[in-house]
Amino acid sequence: MTDIAATPRRDAALTALVRHARYVIAENPVTGFAFVLFVLIVLAAILGPDIVPHNPLTSDTTQALKPPSAHHWFGTDQLGRDVFSRVIVATRLDFFIAVASVALVFLMGGLAGVAAGFFGGWTDRVVGRIADTIMAFPLFVLAMGIVAALGNTVQNIVLATAIVNFPLYARIARAEANVRREAGFVEAARLSGNSDWRILAFQILPNVFPIMVVQMSLTMGYAILNAAGLSFIGLGVRPPTPEWGIMVAEGAAFMVSGEWWNAFFPGLALMVAVFCFNLLGDGLRDMVDPRRRT
Amino acid sequence: MLTMILKRAAMAIPSLIGVVIVTFLLTRALPGDPAAYFAGPAATPQAIQEVRVKLGLDKPLIEQFGRYVVDLGHGNFGNSLTTGQPVLTELRTRLPASAELTLLGLLVSILIAVPLGIIAATRPNSLIDHACRLITTLGVSLPVFFTGLILVYVFYYLLGWAPAPLGRLDVFFDPPPQVTGFYLIDSLIARQPEVFMASLKQLILPALTLGIFSLAPIARMTRASMLAVLSSDFVRTARASGLSSYTVIVTYAFRNAMLPVITTLGMVFSFLLGANVLVEKVFAWPGIGSYAVEALLASDFAPVQGFVLTMAVMYVALNLIIDVLYGLIDPRVRLEA
Repeated sequence: MTDIAATPRRDAALTALVRHARYVIAENPVTGFAFVLFVLIVLAAILGPDIVPHNPLTSDTTQALKPPSAHHWFGTDQLGRDVFSRVIVATRLDFFIAVASVALVFLMGGLAGVAAGFFGGWTDRVVGRIADTIMAFPLFVLAMGIVAALGNTVQNIVLATAIVNFPLYARIARAEANVRREAGFVEAARLSGNSDWRILAFQILPNVFPIMVVQMSLTMGYAILNAAGLSFIGLGVRPPTPEWGIMVAEGAAFMVSGEWWNAFFPGLALMVAVFCFNLLGDGLRDMVDPRRRT
Repeated sequence: MLTMILKRAAMAIPSLIGVVIVTFLLTRALPGDPAAYFAGPAATPQAIQEVRVKLGLDKPLIEQFGRYVVDLGHGNFGNSLTTGQPVLTELRTRLPASAELTLLGLLVSILIAVPLGIIAATRPNSLIDHACRLITTLGVSLPVFFTGLILVYVFYYLLGWAPAPLGRLDVFFDPPPQVTGFYLIDSLIARQPEVFMASLKQLILPALTLGIFSLAPIARMTRASMLAVLSSDFVRTARASGLSSYTVIVTYAFRNAMLPVITTLGMVFSFLLGANVLVEKVFAWPGIGSYAVEALLASDFAPVQGFVLTMAVMYVALNLIIDVLYGLIDPRVRLEA
């Protein structure tokens, strides 16, 4: 296959994909809305610290606990810091934790699952046993235990979130690899003298990939919630770092005395982000696999 | 039936072994020297060495594991560094508080989610169906601690309907004499209606928070499985025979549709037990979750380990109960086994 032949075909495939995406979005405008939200979140994560009106760490005790106003859109917290700026700046860290943990579990779970499904035998048994053991724990509780044991850092929050999601990824990848193990194109590749590893890398993985990507966007919301939950109970992120979970925790004490904005806006940001990822995941799943539409 | 239960119980054993191994490995993964860690920050090298020998940390890993299992068998979960109390005693005194909250939360969510799912399934694409979809999507997106705080703000601060979110009982009341450890039940046994009301008031908001959180998967599953059952042949036959729609939906469809819902309860419990920790923190609930969180922040590992182990064992047991329940309800599962 030369480049000249490949390019028009790739263009055609791309056009078809865009047309299909447009069709799905027209069918389900909610996905389009979720996509716009997603772009906004990514922009806030990238540009956040450069566009906010106030420094998220500068405190001004004369301005402490002021309700939302034209000057401080989301009000100020107990140290007089601007809540709006903190919420926006926090996007980067929360987004990073979610993306990093999902990418990590994609690698660990995806590879382990594909290997288990393709090779079967003891690989399958070992991966299955590990997944079952993780599933025997309530997931958030296990994540707490892991962070407590490995140390109270952001890296370990990422790792713990990835580990508790491992069974889900491993199982899906295993099932997808398993059904393709005896497929015609795999047999063909094997007959043409490809090694098992080569078949795994060039035949099986590319086929499992789209389904795993959908899984990633579906679990992204859960990853953010899990990480925010851990930092809410005081694990991982430390004050004064702006992060949604810890901001809600800091604002919680003021909820009973009526200063609602302190905890409300970071909580709302968290909710909007999770909502967006869930909707986007559903939309993406429709695009990749129309049969699973609910 | 008994063989089925025994077979299923045997299947839980590998999970339990896995749980014990993982909780053991978690202690060994503690950063730095566990002996120095357990001896405390001000310990001399001799003291650390003593602790090492006392805890058996100088022995090979496999022997340490054997020792850990023997300790667990004797109910020895270690002592908390901060309170000096045995972990098992504290977990036992605090467990009823968590259990009462979690079970009430589950009850609330079933009472809302199941009817909602059924109505949504009987009227697809109606207003209530869309409402059901919106509620379930919001339910999964709402961070559980955030829901709790909003409820506190609205019902305690704004409306003044709920008491302050500070534990199981108002300070003016004494807890009822302990029988089950559940204040709602114990106060009824002791015939103290005012204590019952007071503890119910404390329970409503946290239970509602957990309920809203676990509502989504139950409602979604109820709707999906009701839809599947309602389009099946036997429902069509029942309808064609002229049975009232109430009989068709409640007697015929509902009982069949509940089976997949019971299966989802396993997953719901995984979320509930985790969410419980967060809700306990928001409402200053004196359960095992807040005990573990306090210990976590004080870098006191024995309670955390005991907590993780207790939660995992309870979760394995709950899954076992759910499966047995499934067999009791559905004769087909029994016959297959």
